[in-house]
Amino acid sequence: MLRFFLSRLLSLVLSLAVASLVIFTVIEVIPGDPAAFMLGLNAEPEAVAALRAELGLQGGYIDRYLGWIGGLLAGDFGTSYTYRVPVAELVAARLWVSLPLTLYALALSTLIAIPVGVVAAARRGGAADYGIMGATQLGIAVPNFWFAMLLVLVFAIKLAWFPSGGFPGWDQGLWPNLKALTLPAIALALPQASILARVMRSSLLETLGQDYIRTARAKGLSRQAAVLKHALRNALIPVMTILGLQFSFLLAGAIIIENVFFLPGLGRLIFQGITQRDLIVVESVVMLLVFAVILVTFLVDLAYAAVDPRLRRAR
Amino acid sequence: MFARLTTTAAVLALSAGAAFAQQTDITIGMQLEPPNLDPTGGAAAAIDEVVYANVFEGLTRYNADGSISPALAETWDVSEDGLTYTFHLRDGVTFHDGTTMDAEDVKFSLDRARAEDSTNAQKALFAGIDTVEVVDPLTVEVTLSAPNSAFPTNMAWGDAVIVAPETAADAATNPVGTGPFMFDEWVKGDRVELVAYSDYWGEAPALDSATFKFISDPTAAFAAMMAGDIDAFPVYPAPETLAQFEADPRFEVIVGSTEGETILAMNNADEVLSDVRVREAIAHAIDRQEIIDGAMFGYGTPIGTHFAPHYPFYVDLTDQSDHDPEEARALLDEAGHGDGLTLSLKLPPPTYARRGGEIIAAQLREVGIDTEIENLEWAQWLEQVFRGKDFDLTIVSHTEPMDINIYARPDYYFQYDNPEFQALMDEIALATDEEERAALFEQAQRMIADDYVNGFLFQLARTGVANANIEGLWENAPTQANDLTGVRWTQ
Repeated sequence: MLRFFLSRLLSLVLSLAVASLVIFTVIEVIPGDPAAFMLGLNAEPEAVAALRAELGLQGGYIDRYLGWIGGLLAGDFGTSYTYRVPVAELVAARLWVSLPLTLYALALSTLIAIPVGVVAAARRGGAADYGIMGATQLGIAVPNFWFAMLLVLVFAIKLAWFPSGGFPGWDQGLWPNLKALTLPAIALALPQASILARVMRSSLLETLGQDYIRTARAKGLSRQAAVLKHALRNALIPVMTILGLQFSFLLAGAIIIENVFFLPGLGRLIFQGITQRDLIVVESVVMLLVFAVILVTFLVDLAYAAVDPRLRRAR
Repeated sequence: MFARLTTTAAVLALSAGAAFAQQTDITIGMQLEPPNLDPTGGAAAAIDEVVYANVFEGLTRYNADGSISPALAETWDVSEDGLTYTFHLRDGVTFHDGTTMDAEDVKFSLDRARAEDSTNAQKALFAGIDTVEVVDPLTVEVTLSAPNSAFPTNMAWGDAVIVAPETAADAATNPVGTGPFMFDEWVKGDRVELVAYSDYWGEAPALDSATFKFISDPTAAFAAMMAGDIDAFPVYPAPETLAQFEADPRFEVIVGSTEGETILAMNNADEVLSDVRVREAIAHAIDRQEIIDGAMFGYGTPIGTHFAPHYPFYVDLTDQSDHDPEEARALLDEAGHGDGLTLSLKLPPPTYARRGGEIIAAQLREVGIDTEIENLEWAQWLEQVFRGKDFDLTIVSHTEPMDINIYARPDYYFQYDNPEFQALMDEIALATDEEERAALFEQAQRMIADDYVNGFLFQLARTGVANANIEGLWENAPTQANDLTGVRWTQ
């Protein structure tokens, strides 16, 4: 087990090193000088040079790469060029929007998808099944920014139940923020719920065809009890896998929805960082996300191994 | 806290049907978030749109009509030779941290802006300053190395605001100025909040607090206005929906002019474009009204030279480069490009450039010029076009006020090198007589029009939307600002 653990750890460290190199190279290759961008059309070359020096943009690529990595290892993500505040502070503030939004959307999608998927599977071939299959097809096909705009038109402009966007901040209390996040969460949850419901349905149908379900039914269990007590648990495994993928997608990938609702989330931070050539922000945030994904994979690897002893001996 | 309570009370009173309590807070929408809040250390228009006249003030200031009036300097004297400006500062001005604003602060601000390691985006404004002397706490003497009649105007720019030595370094995140509003909070990515400063030297503003909210998506901006989440959007990013606001009595559409001369810039040092016949042909190929209608939904004023039409010195030269495809083809033929010509057209992100670029490409094709359109991000544009001068044609709006002097810089990106024009600009700087200045400016406008330096398209309009009960917002934009000092709710 220890050897397995160490080999996984080594691969984690190597992946991170390669990722950091790729991120740094790709981002530094993008044309555009952050200092020139900040000072605009009328700037004197010497003012641009002074700003470059102030931002620490002088020096070779290798020095800057090592400086960046050294900072990361010491827990220092650097200082944003444009905002002039520590990147860690920016990321923390954005996470307070992105994380609750992601969890809200995931909760909604799970709460919708699982019952809907179970009903569709239980009524396979019936009217309910066809209706649900059609609706989820639509849910996947409808672009979520368009759906978001529709939600704004109806619930913010016509009915004025929710604000059209923005984020008051957690110091304003729970309720205004929950209200502000509701429409974006619904817009994000719709396609995810549709995918999840379809996975739930097919996975449950597959389990229902297994021998042990037939045995359970033969023992005299009702169809409903067989579905809920035996099949559902096993059918949830692929659903959990998809859910895990959706989590990392939503955390940084909600950028379009963040734009429609002008939410200050993580996705928009990256986007702004790229357009304003705030390279240090982009580098550090992307690195952080890569780290999160690699870490999750690492933990999952360990968990599999704990469950399945055969994996420990492999390789 | 008190401000928030009274605001809540006002809202409650309004919703209860009592119309006597006027609203004293305002939420202003802006498309771009300022990268920082220090107007002396960045070029982004969004910085001035939050802090100019609200948080920071300079010796002089711009008014809504583009005129200059005294601000922190109550009066000033100019010496006979035009070299020495003596500014008499206003008494009793304090910064938001309670300290007094005096001559030392003025000296510090001006010296800081022109210092060797200065990162001021408009350092040229201060280039003519030779010395800054403190005479007494309320008098500053500025000596120029050469007379410059535009000096008081230069001091009105957002880049020339007065800051205190103790707080200047942190202005990017915590601006401390002398204006009627002080900085309260910045929720990055979402909003900046200002509150009224009780010890303001001038007339207290009608508003207690102001929030600037950043909404980059045009559709979201529309929704936020319609839902009432935003009270005013002075530079509204979705002109295609303006008709809807015009038809709605709850809103007022504000159309004004800006300092933005939008031009089809040509690389004058390019082998093909250095031929004035080719440049003239391009000028005649352009149909300005079609661009204004197609790209700007009809908002914008055609210009025939690099000068804003709302100035008294402006000369209308649009006829000289009118839409005449026949003439354009003849000129191209004469220049030896009768069988066609291909030029690059590099477009920065604003809609005037992207939409306008496609229309111009079609117009050029009609006279036999093919264009290779390339869309660039701002940072790329600055690198390739502005600094690298690697382009044939590009579209950009020059938003600085009175910036015809850029044509006197031979290394500026469109590379117009005319010693005669450069001499003319030196002459204007020395001229203190208004009539003489007017004549010289007229001559300058004609000179660049005669040389067809660039394709002069239109003066960028400023189209805004506001709640119909708000008054006092700027209509024109002589400088990029959302001056809230005179803004109030009528009910």
